[in-house]
Amino acid sequence: MAPYEDKTEIQKDITEMVHQFVDEQIIPNAEHFDHEDTFPEAIVEQMKELGLFGVTIPEQYGGMGLDLTTYAMIVEELSRGWISISGVVNTHFIGSYLLMKFGTEEQQEYFLPKMATGEIRAAFSLSEPEVGSDVQGIKATAKRDPASGDWVLDGQKMWVTNGLGSGVVFVLMRTDPKADPPHRGMSCFITEKTPWVEQNEGAFAGLEVPPKIKKMGYKGVESTELIYSGYRCPEARILGGAEGIGRGFSQMMDALEVGRVNVAARGVGIAQRALELALRYSQERRTFGKPIAQHQAIQFKLADMATQIEAARLLTLKAARMKDAGVRSDLEAGMAKLLASETGKECVEQSFRIHGGYGYSKEYEVERLYRDAPLLLIGEGTSEIQRMVIGKKLLERNRI
Amino acid sequence: MKICCLVKEVPDAAVQKRIDAGTKRLDRSGERTLNPFDTHGIEAAMQIREGGAVAVDEIVAVTMGPDTAVRALHKSVALGADRSLHLSDPALSGSDVCATGYALAKALETEQPDLVLLGQQSDDGECYTIGAVVADHLKMPSLTQVIKMDVSEGKLVCQRQAEYGYDTVEIALPAVISVGDAINEPRYPSLKAIMGAKKKPLDTKGTGDVGIDPSQVGEAGSKTQVLGINPPPPKQSGEIIEDEDTNETVEKIVAWLEERKLI
Ligand SMILES: Cc1cc2nc3c(=O)[nH]c(=O)nc-3n(C[C@H](O)[C@H](O)[C@H](O)COP(=O)(O)OP(=O)(O)OC[C@H]3O[C@@H](n4cnc5c(N)ncnc54)[C@H](O)[C@@H]3O)c2cc1C
Repeated sequence: MAPYEDKTEIQKDITEMVHQFVDEQIIPNAEHFDHEDTFPEAIVEQMKELGLFGVTIPEQYGGMGLDLTTYAMIVEELSRGWISISGVVNTHFIGSYLLMKFGTEEQQEYFLPKMATGEIRAAFSLSEPEVGSDVQGIKATAKRDPASGDWVLDGQKMWVTNGLGSGVVFVLMRTDPKADPPHRGMSCFITEKTPWVEQNEGAFAGLEVPPKIKKMGYKGVESTELIYSGYRCPEARILGGAEGIGRGFSQMMDALEVGRVNVAARGVGIAQRALELALRYSQERRTFGKPIAQHQAIQFKLADMATQIEAARLLTLKAARMKDAGVRSDLEAGMAKLLASETGKECVEQSFRIHGGYGYSKEYEVERLYRDAPLLLIGEGTSEIQRMVIGKKLLERNRI
Repeated sequence: MKICCLVKEVPDAAVQKRIDAGTKRLDRSGERTLNPFDTHGIEAAMQIREGGAVAVDEIVAVTMGPDTAVRALHKSVALGADRSLHLSDPALSGSDVCATGYALAKALETEQPDLVLLGQQSDDGECYTIGAVVADHLKMPSLTQVIKMDVSEGKLVCQRQAEYGYDTVEIALPAVISVGDAINEPRYPSLKAIMGAKKKPLDTKGTGDVGIDPSQVGEAGSKTQVLGINPPPPKQSGEIIEDEDTNETVEKIVAWLEERKLI
C-alpha cells in the first residue's frame, strides 16, 4: 500500500512556511491595509527576502526554479491570507513566464535576475478602457520610427494591476493595424518605467500613470490606467526581439493559461479562508440553545463549502501538474479558473450568511473577503469567457 | 564556539491531540512538525552568531526520534543550523523523559558543545524538563525559561522568567539553556534555505555509536510508568464582580487583591 501524499516534502516545507507567514504577518495586518487602501510595503519586503518573487524563475537567474504546481500551492496559501498579496506576485509571475518562454537571451539575462529578487516587479497589460474580454479589439498602437528604428507607443491601457509600483510592464500593442485577423498584428513590448512615479522621465518619458482606480475590494495593490504617448522602445524590447513582432497576442494568450491556474489557486485560497472563518464562527455563535454549527442547515453549508473547495483544489492542481508535465492543459486551466473563482465567491457568500449580521460588519474578516472575491470572477477572463473557451474546446475535441 | 540545538518533531498544532488508550501514549499519527518552541532555540543561536560578541563556528541541530524526525532536522537547518545529528534507534522507542535526556546527553557528548539550547517545552508532552536532565548527565549548569541572553567569552548573562518578574543569572559555559518563546521572533526560512536544507550534512547515529547503555533507554530503561490518564481538573470559575457602583467595585477588587497579598 503506497502512503497517500498530495505534496512532496519540499512542497510541504514550503507551504508550511508560507502558511505560518500568512497567519502571523498577513492576516493580522490585512484589515489595516484594506481599510487604508495602502500598499503593504513591509509584507512585500519580507516576501522578497523569502524568495517569493522568484519561485518559478530558473536557478541560473537567482530564482528557485520551482514548477507551476508548487507555485499554485504558494498562491493558495497567500490568497488564504489576502488576495491583494497574491495580486502583487501574480502579474510578476506572468511577466517572468513571458520572459522565460519567449524572451531573448539578452532579455532574460537583463530582467530575470532583478525579478527573481523582487528588485523590480512586473505588471502586464492587455485591457483598455473599451476592451477587456475581446483582446483582439485593442486600440493602442506601436509604430516603428524609421529614423531611429525604435518603436513609438501610443494609447491608453486600463486595469493594470501593479501599474504604479512595477518597474516593467509587459504591454500588448497593435503593430500592424491592417493585419487580418487583427491578432496577427500585435506585439508584446517590455516597457521599463520608474517604480512609484506617475510621470516617467528620461529614457521612460511618454508613460504616465494616472491615480489608481478606486475599487470595491482587492485594495492595497493598485490597479491603474497607463497612458503611453510617444513612449520609445528599442526593437530589443519587443518580447522575443524582432522575431516577436506579430506574435504578441499568442504569447499573451499562452501566459494567460498559466495565469488561469494562478487565479484558480487564488479562488481556492479565499474559499479556504471563508470556510475556516465559518467553521470557527458557527461553533461559537449560539441560537435556539445550541451552537449554530449544530443546526443542520448550517452544517450543510459547511459540508458544501468543504466539498467544493476540495474539488476546486484538485482541478487546479491537475491543471498545474499537466502544464508541468508538458501536456496540453488549456481546457483544464479554464475549468479550474471557472470552478475555483466561482467557488471562492460562493464560499465567501455562504460564510457571510453564517456570520449573520456580523458578517456585514467591518469588524469581521468575512466582510473583506466578500468585497475581494468577485475580482476573481473577472480578472484573467470572466466566467462567461471561460465557459466560451471550454465549450469551444469541447466541441473541437469531440467533433462528429 | 559550538552550539547544539536540541529539536523535536511533534504533532502539528492543527492536529487534534489524542492519547492512545492502549499504549497510554500520545497518538503521534498525522501531520508533524518541528516543535515551535525549539525554533526559538535555533533563532537564539543565530542571534548569538550574528551578534558578533563571540565567534560561533558551528550550530548543530540534534534530535532523537524515528525516521520521520528528519523533517524537523531539515527545518532546523533551513532556519540556520549548519548540520544535524539524528539519534535514531528502535531501542530508544518508549523512552521516558529521564531516558530521553540520558540518550540526548550521550549524543551531545560526541559533539562537545559549548552551549546547548532548546525550547523550554515541547508542544506535545509539555514536560519542561529535558534541559535539566541533559544538563545533569553532562554535568553542566542549566537554566530554564530563559527570555534574554547576553553572551560573552566563557559565560552567559540570562534573564529567566520567574513567577513574578525576572531573575538575572550569570552562568559559566558550557551550559544547557532552555528558552521561552518570549526570547525572540524566529525568522521564516527562505525558499532558498528550505531547498538547500536537504543538502546539508546529516549524521544518523544509533545507540551503539554514541555509547548509550541499552538498559537505560527504551521502555525497559524508563522508570516512569503511566498508570492512568485523567483530564485536568476543570478550571475554577473566577469571581465576577458586577459593576453597579464603580467606587464600590474598585474597593471590592482592591480588597480581593489585598486578601491574596497581591498588592
Ligand atoms: C481589479 C482588476 C484588476 C485587473 N488587472 C488587470 C491587469 O493587470 N491587466 C489587464 O490586462 N487587465 C486587468 N484587468 C482587466 C480584466 O482582465 C477585464 O476586466 C476582464 O477581462 C473583463 O473585461 P471587461 O471588464 O472589459 O468586460 P467586458 O469584456 O466588457 O465584459 C462585460 C460582460 O460581458 C460578458 N461578455 C463579454 N464578451 C462576451 C461574449 N462573447 N459572450 C458572453 N458574454 C460576454 C463578460 O463576461 C462580462 O460579463 C483587471 C480587472 C480588475 C477588475
